[in-house]
Amino acid sequence: MATLPLKPQAAAAVPQFKILTPFQLAWRRFRRNKMGFVGLFIVFAFLVISLFANWIAPFTYDKTNLANVTRQPGVSAGHILGTDDLGRDLFSRLIYGARTSFIVASTAQVVSLVVGVLLGFLAGWYGGWVDFVINRLIELVGSLPGLLFQILLMTLLGNGVSQVTFVIAVLAWPGMVRLVRAQVMSYKERDFVTASHSLGANTAFVALRHVLPNIINPLIVAISFGVPGFITAEAGLSFLGYGINEPIPSWGKMVGKAGQYVSNPSYHYLLIWPTVFLAVLVLGFAFLGDALRDALDPSSDRV
Amino acid sequence: MNDQDPNTLLEVTDLKMYFPIRQGFLQRVVGQVKAVDGVSFKLREKEVLGLVGESGCGKTTVGRTLLRLYDPTSGEIRFRSKAGDWVDIAKISQHDMKPLRKEMRMIFQDPFSSLNPRLTVGELIAEPLEIHGVAKGKEAEDRVAELMRSVGLDPAYMRRYPHEFSGGQRQRIGLARTLSLNPRLIVADEPVSALDVSVQAQVLNLLQELQQKLGLTLIFVAHDLSVVEHISDRIAVMYVGRIVEMADTEVLLNDPQHPYTEALLSSIPPASPDIVVARIKLQGEVPSPARPPSGCVFHTRCAYARPECSQRIPELREVRPGHFVSCHFAEELQLHGIAG
Repeated sequence: MATLPLKPQAAAAVPQFKILTPFQLAWRRFRRNKMGFVGLFIVFAFLVISLFANWIAPFTYDKTNLANVTRQPGVSAGHILGTDDLGRDLFSRLIYGARTSFIVASTAQVVSLVVGVLLGFLAGWYGGWVDFVINRLIELVGSLPGLLFQILLMTLLGNGVSQVTFVIAVLAWPGMVRLVRAQVMSYKERDFVTASHSLGANTAFVALRHVLPNIINPLIVAISFGVPGFITAEAGLSFLGYGINEPIPSWGKMVGKAGQYVSNPSYHYLLIWPTVFLAVLVLGFAFLGDALRDALDPSSDRV
Repeated sequence: MNDQDPNTLLEVTDLKMYFPIRQGFLQRVVGQVKAVDGVSFKLREKEVLGLVGESGCGKTTVGRTLLRLYDPTSGEIRFRSKAGDWVDIAKISQHDMKPLRKEMRMIFQDPFSSLNPRLTVGELIAEPLEIHGVAKGKEAEDRVAELMRSVGLDPAYMRRYPHEFSGGQRQRIGLARTLSLNPRLIVADEPVSALDVSVQAQVLNLLQELQQKLGLTLIFVAHDLSVVEHISDRIAVMYVGRIVEMADTEVLLNDPQHPYTEALLSSIPPASPDIVVARIKLQGEVPSPARPPSGCVFHTRCAYARPECSQRIPELREVRPGHFVSCHFAEELQLHGIAG
């Protein structure tokens, strides 16, 4: 340990190496992880195509052409991945399908994040009966048979983007609440929180200044694992026919419909491409999530 | 009331802090941990009181209760504010407590957990100024720089994060935070016990220097007598939630009147290997503050215990001017201090 003089010498030269913020340190660790970069690239690429689908897709997702159904993949006529059973361009529908996936998953994530942070904070911070009630609520939701309950809700609400989002979010928030609650409980007893209290800071100040910034990392990691979960959940419901309504494209629905033709190998391209898109995106998220978890792990704060 | 002495800054009377033990589904209260059980003392302005005792004796709880980090079960904590009014910290509302928090501050034990890793050193030291709306922007920055200099840190490090500093440097940051609002009373909760011995001395010297220069009143909580004796004017020895002996440092070290103090003193390693001390080894375990023994709390481990000790609780008596002991037989026992 460097011994520090009681009085610093006049204008003691401060070594001028770069000062790294915690974010920069995390980025430095993230950069070392090649798989993380692959994941980041995949997720970013899908985000871009879903944002700019209008420009990227060669056709609209809903233009049918009954004279041109189930056209095989190929460069001729511009349908590089062929057309589906209604003559719609498969590639365009896959690109717009990414948009559907992101809209549903990110909305469900935002909802469960907001609910999770609010309820988790209340439960972790105040404890007592507040914690008791919130925990029983979590157990109630946890005791529901997930998929069956979602199908029930979907049959009641009817197919549609907002309906699917709602149904996914309804079952998604308890995990977030648990995470936030545990984090808040552990930070509540830290000395720096007590120190802030001993200064006369109010709860809102302590929560926003001292607790929230410290639990951001696990939240980011949870999001990077949550979003692909919601993407697959949407695909699953749509696959079963309880999800996105026509003509909005959804990868799960595309796989489900193509499943009817599974016996005929010449239609397999309708089955394979949506599956590939879904698998690659989910895999990208998995790589990204792993890398983020390693980079943001608070126990490796000192590099 | 009875504050004839205008130099008194703090007067604690019969302070009790019990924590409930809850169990079962309904979290019923099944017992109490008597962490602090009837502590009384007075503190003069600019005095340094050492509060010693082993782990779990309630010394940290006393410190935290004084700053109303806990709501005491009963007792009085009378503090003379800067304005000259006497306020009872034990009964005041948290809202009325806020202005007093400028005057009463705390130094924490662990320099690693007491600084938020997400804030820069400058932000950390400025936080008290911000909460109390004392200074902002450039003014706050100047104050932070001044504080950093006063604790021996280069202000150029203002934009760094706590993880870039050593334990001793972090404790200096904590000290700068504590001093930022010009407090009058500081409760230092084992401020050096997490540090290396060589760094301990540096931080202790700094603390002493600042105490003298700024005229601070200090309650120095520690488990190590050899650390406390260095800095304290007076020492109070705690055992299972009570003060068993309190006297001027010299008196307490040379002429202890309580058997527990004697045992503690015998555990200090002598300065020279030639000095042979008869080390008193206490038998048994420290009693649980959830179920303190009857009578004198120390009788279960006291070498001088008599039947009476398990029946009557000894008062904290002033056996000689300024020397308080809670032992029935303080006058009879011939106890050994640290030889000269």
